[in-house]
Amino acid sequence: MGLLNLFRRSKTFRHGVHPMDHKEQTAHLAIRRLPFAPKIYVPLAQHIGAPAVALVKPGQEVVRGEPIAEAGGFVSVPMHAPVTGIVRAIDQLVPTAAGPKTPAIVIETYEAATQEVLYGLDRDLNALTREELIQAVQASGMVGLGGAAFPSHVKLLPPQGKAIETLIINGCECEPYLTCDHRVMLEQTDRLINGIRAMLRATGARRAIIGVEDNKLDAVRAIREKLPAGETISCEAVETKYPQGAEKMLISSLLNREVPSGGLPVDIGVAVYNVGTLAQLGELIPRSRGLIERVVTVSGPGVGKPGNYLVPIGTPLRFLMEQVGSSSAANEVIVGGPMMGMSVASLDVPVTKGVSGVVVFEKTAEDQQQHTVHPCIKCGACLDACPIHLNPSMLGQLAGARMYETMASDYHLNDCFECGCCSYVCPSNIPLTQYFRIAKAVNRETKAIAA
Amino acid sequence: MTDITSIALSVGFMAVLGSILASILVLANKRLFVYEDPRIDDVEDLLPRANCGACGSPGCRPFAEGLIDGTYEPAQCTVNAKETNELIANYLGVDLGAQEKRVARLACAGGSHVAFIRASYAGMSSCRAAALVSGGGKGCSWGCLGMGDCAVVCDFDAISMNKYGLPVVNEDRCTACNDCVEVCPKDLFELHSVNEQLFVACKNLEKGEEAESQCEVICTACERCAVDSPEGLIDIRNNLAVVDYRKNDLASKVAIERCPTGAIVWFDKQGGYQVGKDAKKIIRKEMLPIG
Repeated sequence: MGLLNLFRRSKTFRHGVHPMDHKEQTAHLAIRRLPFAPKIYVPLAQHIGAPAVALVKPGQEVVRGEPIAEAGGFVSVPMHAPVTGIVRAIDQLVPTAAGPKTPAIVIETYEAATQEVLYGLDRDLNALTREELIQAVQASGMVGLGGAAFPSHVKLLPPQGKAIETLIINGCECEPYLTCDHRVMLEQTDRLINGIRAMLRATGARRAIIGVEDNKLDAVRAIREKLPAGETISCEAVETKYPQGAEKMLISSLLNREVPSGGLPVDIGVAVYNVGTLAQLGELIPRSRGLIERVVTVSGPGVGKPGNYLVPIGTPLRFLMEQVGSSSAANEVIVGGPMMGMSVASLDVPVTKGVSGVVVFEKTAEDQQQHTVHPCIKCGACLDACPIHLNPSMLGQLAGARMYETMASDYHLNDCFECGCCSYVCPSNIPLTQYFRIAKAVNRETKAIAA
Repeated sequence: MTDITSIALSVGFMAVLGSILASILVLANKRLFVYEDPRIDDVEDLLPRANCGACGSPGCRPFAEGLIDGTYEPAQCTVNAKETNELIANYLGVDLGAQEKRVARLACAGGSHVAFIRASYAGMSSCRAAALVSGGGKGCSWGCLGMGDCAVVCDFDAISMNKYGLPVVNEDRCTACNDCVEVCPKDLFELHSVNEQLFVACKNLEKGEEAESQCEVICTACERCAVDSPEGLIDIRNNLAVVDYRKNDLASKVAIERCPTGAIVWFDKQGGYQVGKDAKKIIRKEMLPIG
């Protein structure tokens, strides 16, 4: 193992899986704008933390880029109008990929509305102090665009006694099909570097490392060309392996350090940002604007015109599907990537800040049938796949016996980030990740009742 | 000669060692003796040993202890037959006590023949798992997913799934142990006294046509039941009729009469229920198409 590592070209972590990446469908396609949907649904809770609080009233006119909701607390972000139009409702319940319906602001788009953003003032990024920068990040409504949707400004303020030394910029994009981060790195390199510089100042970190999987060497070259010599920012290729883009895995690949169990990257002086997040910040903060659109990869066998689209936040999937054309046999839509994404039950689900991709499949009747779940044969394939070295086999048996609390207390269930590697390799088709999601949901409920 | 000596020695040694250890055990038994009421074992023998928790104690033995020190009354065990509880009461010389019969009721009437299904769910067959994938395939985000987690968890076989994929509670068998309430990912089960006959079998928080497009038996927040009933009995909260059971004495069938969908029902004490005469007559028997 150690000897083999010497011959390996790219840095990497232990365990993980190698699914087919299917990125060839969209990797070469430049980012294109999507037209406005006639009605836009902006959910007030599309990030982790407290939901935003609406600032507008039904019947009010809003301009593209204008704030329409303010942050509902420290771990919360404001929302901005993705289109120019009239607010029709501020508490309409819309379905979400997560399950329960949540209230959303509904804006009816003006027919001749322009895509140009007229809102916001230009300001000098270098003149802002650290506090002003952090405020600016929150005011821009920025959340982690890699999929977690965690408010970005929270990570800029490490708890007392901890400091951020290294900034890691996540350009791995290890999920199959997704290519939005790849295109952002190629096409918005300058914005990305601006964003990194701003974040270096906001965190006080000494260096920044951009980690990119080695199937995107063109992006590595593009970034390295733009980086002046002697800069504190470097760009490294890491092995193409799933889940390389999980923050704990990327830290272990690049720095060879481990985030403690139950801890956060800040505990070892690291903050991880997605490339999409920093490219957007590099564009939004100098103009004091808010996050109103994002790049979404629409791909998969069921899509007529796959590509990387710049989609206004709040566009319903139904409209997105009309624009890109879906085949008649398309019958499964996944928001996010196929490994960690969520299959949606309704096309009325809007695109939110955390949606990096929409993958459409044509499943035959045979595919849709449930695979027979066989008993665990103790082969250990899941142990070899688990990137955080848990024992999914044992956890699965405990879940079958509904011993959810033992799973959390004795087998580190809460360190599982549901990457799906164990379910992917299981020869007995045991739905391990689903079991763990259930166990976590039940434990959360039990805790809430006890509190 | 040597043989006999060694045998005698070893036997003697074992005998001495044995008696020393035995005297330690005897001493320990005397010094560390914990008195336990022998009635606890006797009472526990009369209890069902299901450890279901319906009485409010964690299991049957703590309940037996509670019976002896007077914390509980024998009638609080809803699993035992009445005669067995009387035996316990006579044995302990305490009052039988009164426990009104409580049962679990499902706050959803949206079977597959009335509730619109927006997507077919093909994953792991468990309501919990379905609820985590976009809330399951049902058009109504609050409705019963019909995969029977409650029927699996019920220790008393009181829940069975009907042909429309809705759990049916057998009120005779139900002991109100709370297991189905805890397991349901949509929080649809509620425990009610059999005297609380008025019940809203819906949890949908949308109103009007939006609600009606999801299910035929749904509370549309039309407020007819609230207007017809004595004041304060039924309240419309978040587009859903909510019965205030503190005013249960005021409840009557008036409330269900004008309900246009039949979402509010009147349970009779035999376990069946009635809907008002204005409720839609549903004659469809087959499942609604998906989409």
